[in-house]
Amino acid sequence: MANGTLANEVSYLEYQGKHKGIMGWLLSVDHKRIGLMYLMAILIFFFVAMTLGVLMRLEMLTPGETIMKPSTYNSVFTLHGVIMVFLFIIPAIPAVFGNFMLPIQIGAKDVAFPRLNLFSWYLYMVGAVLAVFSLFVGEGPADTGWTFYVPYSIRSAQNVTLTTMAAFVLGFSSILTGLNFVVTIHRLRAPGMTWFRMPLFVWGLYATSWIQVLATPVIGITLALIMLERFMGIGVFDPALGGDPILYQHLFWIYSHPAVYIMILPAMGVVSEILPTFSRKDIFGYKQIAISSLGIALIGYLVWGHHMFVSGMSDTSRIVFSLLTFLVAIPTGVKIFNWVATLYKASIKFSAPLYYVLGFIFIFSIGGLTGLVLGALATDIHVTDTYFVVAHFHYVMFGGMGIMFFATMHYWFPKVFGKMYNEKIAVIACTIIIIGFNVLYFPFFIMGYMGMPRRYYDYLPQFEGWHILSTVGSWILVSGIVFMFGNLFYGLLKGPKAAVNPWGGTTLEWKVPSPPPLENFDEIPVVTGGPYVHDKPTYIMHPGKEGINTNGGPKTINQEAAL
Amino acid sequence: MTEHSEVMQEQTHAHGGAHVHRDDEGSKMAMWLFLFTELLLFGGLFLLYGAYRFEYADGFKVAAADMNSFIGAINTIILLTSSLSVALSIAAIQRNQKKLTMAMLWFTILCGLAFLVNKYFEWSHEIHNGIYPGGPALENMSNGEVIYFGLYYVMTGLHGLHVIVGLIFIGFIMVFISRDKITSTNFQKLENAGLYWHLVDVIWIFLFPLFYLLH
Repeated sequence: MANGTLANEVSYLEYQGKHKGIMGWLLSVDHKRIGLMYLMAILIFFFVAMTLGVLMRLEMLTPGETIMKPSTYNSVFTLHGVIMVFLFIIPAIPAVFGNFMLPIQIGAKDVAFPRLNLFSWYLYMVGAVLAVFSLFVGEGPADTGWTFYVPYSIRSAQNVTLTTMAAFVLGFSSILTGLNFVVTIHRLRAPGMTWFRMPLFVWGLYATSWIQVLATPVIGITLALIMLERFMGIGVFDPALGGDPILYQHLFWIYSHPAVYIMILPAMGVVSEILPTFSRKDIFGYKQIAISSLGIALIGYLVWGHHMFVSGMSDTSRIVFSLLTFLVAIPTGVKIFNWVATLYKASIKFSAPLYYVLGFIFIFSIGGLTGLVLGALATDIHVTDTYFVVAHFHYVMFGGMGIMFFATMHYWFPKVFGKMYNEKIAVIACTIIIIGFNVLYFPFFIMGYMGMPRRYYDYLPQFEGWHILSTVGSWILVSGIVFMFGNLFYGLLKGPKAAVNPWGGTTLEWKVPSPPPLENFDEIPVVTGGPYVHDKPTYIMHPGKEGINTNGGPKTINQEAAL
Repeated sequence: MTEHSEVMQEQTHAHGGAHVHRDDEGSKMAMWLFLFTELLLFGGLFLLYGAYRFEYADGFKVAAADMNSFIGAINTIILLTSSLSVALSIAAIQRNQKKLTMAMLWFTILCGLAFLVNKYFEWSHEIHNGIYPGGPALENMSNGEVIYFGLYYVMTGLHGLHVIVGLIFIGFIMVFISRDKITSTNFQKLENAGLYWHLVDVIWIFLFPLFYLLH
């Protein structure tokens, strides 16, 4: 390596390569810089979609028209869904922190295909620009809901084509990232990093990446068919020409149900990172947690029909899908119990990331248990298309993935930026967020159970109190989020310098400087033990200096492990 | 495991000193994963075909009788032969026979173009007869026939798109070979192009009986 040492003298943030300034970022193939570029873009879209969400709550403050027309409301909930799902929830943890941490955690210098990685970011940006573009051109933004159900999505005069095109391109970006991660995990683990010595975040990413690779193409072709149907009327989804709209729903959910595990598995991976760090002890049931990630991914493929219990399916299929849905609760329960057991008899250090994790376990358990209500046929029919469903998926998506994204930002903030945030304000913001979240979404369960339909811009007077409470909750939640970002931003500018290992973490990213140097490691480390061992070192960071011969060594160990 | 797959070279890349390495085994794995995604992309369409064939068995039979299975068979032979030639090109580069490799790839490209020309004539024949989405002849046909031809255009169209992408892929590979970037010790890129071309072939092998022979 000609200038390897030179590249490793400064952090990835300061390093000046062939390209300077902004081009040094836009043309960088470094996984850490690409991760940060994703973070910038994803946060912008998060704020856009959050604003849309707040506007929807404001509209629901009073019955009838409050601030927008019904047609505007349709577009707003569609865009809120599309942007949140495709631009924030799916890519946030894998594309930002997966990119940043995966190579470091397995002891590699980069992902397997760095240029492909940069290409994925550009695809993401193209998709994002198309989505934003669809707001302003043509007949106005799509009004179909994020599910693009036919036949309305074929007939709607609004700009559905551009929005589906955006989702199509974003799917492509997601596939390439997943492919890159799978190969990286198979091929680039450091010597001695066997499958069961990988950090659990890597296991979460591994399961996620497989779903990204194997499910996303199905939504790709489905959305392409919608576009063709709109342009040419090929008939496959158009009932007027003999097509079957139910088949569209099948194809859509064959991807979109596994996609909810794309959203949650990386978040669960971070839970398994934060808990052992702040418990000062090894995680309870490492293998079970690792395998349960794959279990969730596998069963997650076979349950899509539960989105269609009232759409028209045979009773046999409904019963089978319902039963398979219950099965997902098993690996999920395995995880929850192992996490709680990790805390048992631990020397817990309470800190902002851990508060978020505890909030996550509480909220996600409510989300998970109400998922069983929806998975059971009889109860599902009662609450289908009501606020109960909306409450459920906000509890698992926002309360699951969103809260964990906040946790992740705090946990890895010192490593990514080399600065510290204010701990006290972080804990206060976390408390406000978790209170605001429950005030906002818990009334949805009650309203939904009482029959408040989703996606309506108006409601009957008896729901008014709950809607007011929920709208007030949205204000609490947003002020908490703004408070949290303000604190992080202030830490970024004025915060004290972070130590190499401020939390006492045991995985590899806590062995390299904060922020890490361009090539992560001076020498590829050798791994001698599990990821969460607190009482003895399990990594040899400079095997060359210590006279450990890794020439030829890494290859044999790597390939044995890869097979 | 072949000899070249053991190679895992490391070098510093020009882009800001970022780290790039050569890992043939990893590159092949990525290609196979990509082919899985392609299969699933077509898988959605095959699923639709299966469901509608079940629902409109009669309409599909009538529509399929209209297809010219002679041209379809010719195209099948052309694609199968091109799969052979791309496989031979890999054997040739392993034996360090650059000229033969290039000749085999030229032949593959010619086959691909011949396939597309045949496809063009088939499509324009149907379109000339008014059989296309929204076309005058198709409007008077039964639902089953409308969906048959809808799927026919989408599936053979998507497949044709893959033929074009495959040809471009092989074209780039030929540039690499002529510049000696692909050699007898470093030919994973050629092998990946070959894999992609075989996929294009395999998908056609399923499309051919489904649209031409089942009636």
